[in-house]
Amino acid sequence: MKPASLSYARPATLSDAVNNLQSLADQCRVIAGGQSLGPMLNLRLAQPKHLVDISQLTDLRGASVEDGILAIGACVTHAEIEDRKIPDVTLGLMPFVARGIAYRAVRNRGTIGGSLAHADPAADWLTTTIAMDASLRLVGPAGSREIKVADFVTAAMETAIEDGEVIVQVLVPCFSPKAAWGHAKYAKKLGDFAQSMCVAVVDPGRKVARVVLGRRSELPSLLRGVSELVASKGYDTTSETLRSAIDEDLKAAQADRGDQTMHRAIVERAIRDLAA
Amino acid sequence: MMHAAFVRSPHAHARILSVRKPRDFAAQVYAAEDLTGVARMRSTAKLPGFKPSDWPILAAGKVRHAGEPIAMAIGSTPAEAEDIAGLVEVDFEALRPVVTMADALKKTPPFVHDDWGDNILVDIKLEGGDLAGAKANAVHIVERTFRMNRMHPLALEGRACLAHYDSRLDELVVHVAHQLPVPLQIGLSQVLGISQRRLRVIVPDVGASFGLKTYVESETVAVAWAAMKLRRPVRWIQDRYESLVCDANCRDYQCKIIGYADANGRVLGLECDVVVDSGAYSPWPWPAGIEGGLALGNIQGCYDIRALRGRAINVVSNKPAGQPFRGVARPLSCIGHEIVMDGIAEMAGIDPVEVRLRNFVQPEQMPYVSITKKTLDSGDYAAALKRAAELIDLPAVRARQKTHEPDGRLIGVGFASFYEQTAYGTGPFGYSAWGIELVPGMEPAIARLTGDGELILEVGSHSHGQGHETVFAQVAHEVLGIDPRKVAVRFGDTSSSPAGTGTYTSRSMVTTGGAIAEACRLLTKPLAVVGAHLLQCNESDVQIRDGRVHGPQGSVEFSEIGRAWYHHPEDLPANMDATGLTATAGHKAHDPGVFAYSAHAAVVAVDPEIGSVEVLDYAIVADCGTRVNPLLVEGQIIGGFSNGLGNALYEENTYDEFGQPTATTLADYTVPTAASMPDVKLDFMETPSPFSMFGIKGVGENGAIGPPASIMNAVNDALRPLGAAVFETPVSARRVRDAIARARAAGGS
Repeated sequence: MKPASLSYARPATLSDAVNNLQSLADQCRVIAGGQSLGPMLNLRLAQPKHLVDISQLTDLRGASVEDGILAIGACVTHAEIEDRKIPDVTLGLMPFVARGIAYRAVRNRGTIGGSLAHADPAADWLTTTIAMDASLRLVGPAGSREIKVADFVTAAMETAIEDGEVIVQVLVPCFSPKAAWGHAKYAKKLGDFAQSMCVAVVDPGRKVARVVLGRRSELPSLLRGVSELVASKGYDTTSETLRSAIDEDLKAAQADRGDQTMHRAIVERAIRDLAA
Repeated sequence: MMHAAFVRSPHAHARILSVRKPRDFAAQVYAAEDLTGVARMRSTAKLPGFKPSDWPILAAGKVRHAGEPIAMAIGSTPAEAEDIAGLVEVDFEALRPVVTMADALKKTPPFVHDDWGDNILVDIKLEGGDLAGAKANAVHIVERTFRMNRMHPLALEGRACLAHYDSRLDELVVHVAHQLPVPLQIGLSQVLGISQRRLRVIVPDVGASFGLKTYVESETVAVAWAAMKLRRPVRWIQDRYESLVCDANCRDYQCKIIGYADANGRVLGLECDVVVDSGAYSPWPWPAGIEGGLALGNIQGCYDIRALRGRAINVVSNKPAGQPFRGVARPLSCIGHEIVMDGIAEMAGIDPVEVRLRNFVQPEQMPYVSITKKTLDSGDYAAALKRAAELIDLPAVRARQKTHEPDGRLIGVGFASFYEQTAYGTGPFGYSAWGIELVPGMEPAIARLTGDGELILEVGSHSHGQGHETVFAQVAHEVLGIDPRKVAVRFGDTSSSPAGTGTYTSRSMVTTGGAIAEACRLLTKPLAVVGAHLLQCNESDVQIRDGRVHGPQGSVEFSEIGRAWYHHPEDLPANMDATGLTATAGHKAHDPGVFAYSAHAAVVAVDPEIGSVEVLDYAIVADCGTRVNPLLVEGQIIGGFSNGLGNALYEENTYDEFGQPTATTLADYTVPTAASMPDVKLDFMETPSPFSMFGIKGVGENGAIGPPASIMNAVNDALRPLGAAVFETPVSARRVRDAIARARAAGGS
């Protein structure tokens, strides 16, 4: 239960961090809150030669709103979001989701950027940011780039991050006052990863409607048919059209047969929550 | 101090072809052949046909479960030890593993133990009464097959040991987290081949155990051996992965039960076929076969059932050893008799409470010897169940069931009545009848008055969180009237504590409590002699109460008596026994044990879409005879309930088809937390046992036995309108969904 031998650096600036990462290449891992990487190191499931600790980089803390986009520093913790220490532009969705992540001790250290970089499909932020159509700003040796979260995660625990790149910001479009969100989640117990979760965002002001299903081991699925229907026809889950759209989308998402009733219930509940 | 880390098998079943030590660290790695003088552990039983196995400290020739230790690496830090362990290369020839019970029962290779010729550890049969008559007269026949999956005993604190060799005293000192200091001393001495005189086991505070820390585990033996070999202190602290993957496990039963009842729902007979997956080895001193014996030996529960045919096959598999865990097999027996009761209630159209009332052993029948030779000593099972039904307001729950819940969930109610045989050992169909290595017997206590009139109690049973320090002092108070704050309770060092068998089988309060009372009573003699002398009266005229010796005129404090003995023996009376103010006594509990009992009532809400189960209300009415410390009794029951809740709804050691564990961290092995716990309603009845001192009965396993049965019954009560039922623990959301899907496919609603 002790990590294998490794070097540790805590650079003072973002450019130092990028330089560090670039020179150490694939032998290196970035650590922020360490809530996933820490146990993996101790279990020796991850054995990087070098750790670059970005948790003290001031550029990656705090958040600001500009041009209708909230830019959240990658090292903002779940607890800071929960406690509204940063602006909320999601009509309460992000603080609500943050409050349901693991336990407070984890939320005190775990960061939103770290969670997305880890790309555990069951993580609350992955499903939520995809539903919000959020993007990431990455900084690397080649400069800065933006990428949708949905494109950033390529498979369970795999991302499109390049050598030397660091997630610096999570970019969340501001909800319009007419927006509604819905959420439903089933975990075996409080604080556990979700077996099934659904986040729905409908924002007529921005012409956005996204209903996203999150699961334990597959990447979140945007339920396209359902998303279109809730935008055009509303939130009546007793409607046959909507019910069959859910079935179609679950089939497209290749949901395990034994989990179908659970996922359908979670999606329906999230849609009903839109109306609440 | 040096640190140990273990090289563990990645295979469930494989031949070890070679172990290659890293060249630079060869002297810091030890494999099986290096452990000179170390014997294998062999845990035996005299059950007919029982097959003992040799449990090697480090695997030799073959590995029999994933995680089995193969080599030990020693480093100057824990990380260095792990580094070195990581450099050891082992070549394997993978063998087909025995994973499922069906595999194990086939009687064809692969065999876990090559020389056995099958995978059957022991096959126990039990018969009594006129089963043919019961069958012939049966109007209602209920047949159920249920499964309790493998669990981990999971104490918050894992295992740990630190051994060093004391050259001055020529003894090996082992500090270790354990429940049984003296049995561990005996076991280590046998395996290490050194006399017990030279082996000192020190057990400090232990952060829970539940049965986990009761056997001689390989790592402790290896670390103790290394401390002797290296003449350096060696430490090993288990991590959670090692605990979940490598520790002995518990439960893992399958059972088919048939109940035969007459038209009134009176159960005339039972048939019960149990299979226990005992894992690869038998822990010392608990050969795995006792689980099957206990399952059958309590299968009739609190009910007056006079015919039985039972069979329990214990099989071995390529999984960690099976071991006793809080409740040991009784949760199986409890599900067995309680699902039969609910089944008969349904068939006969009788309320589940009523069907139990018709079948209970009645107070006037006690002491009542069951068909399995259990002497149910005292109590009123019917009163406990009625009270539990009141506490959950059964009529209100039944009324609520008829209404539609706004959230679509289904409400169910379930009961479990059972007894808990406590503090037994040498009685019929108990430990001695199984002929295991170590049978619990008498317990000693030493009571020593100090020079300032306070008391030190030294006892043989250990506490791993039960509050012995508090409750044993109360026993001294009961006899001597001494303020419990002036009583120190000491245990856990085989060099200084009197030798007892340890804490298990809910025995400490009955046996050690009895021994403390006996020792304190013996102590009253010198107290009276000295007290009378100081008071200038006859010994027959003094009384001991309130921590003083009272004479016809005046009284003296214990401190004055202590002062006389310790400081001024010249002032003591001529007839003073030279033994002085130290009294040693022991206590033997009633052979068949004393029988606590309980009624549990569960109200659950089942989400039929997700399959999740929420316990809305839970009541426990318990009778453990005289409650010495009600707060500790409550703690025992609530804590036990959390184990039972985990068993019922959450906890499962899962394995894939290759015998690889798939719940290797607490992210996958789901344990209930504080947030999972309902606010359990507790009530007590207090029927003193006629067979124990002060009428005390044990209470350690009570809370853990009932919940799998009561919650399973409640879930199935909720699912009844859908025609679905789940007979498998944990009753997971997936199992509930699958049961509903099966019922729908079969044409249910």
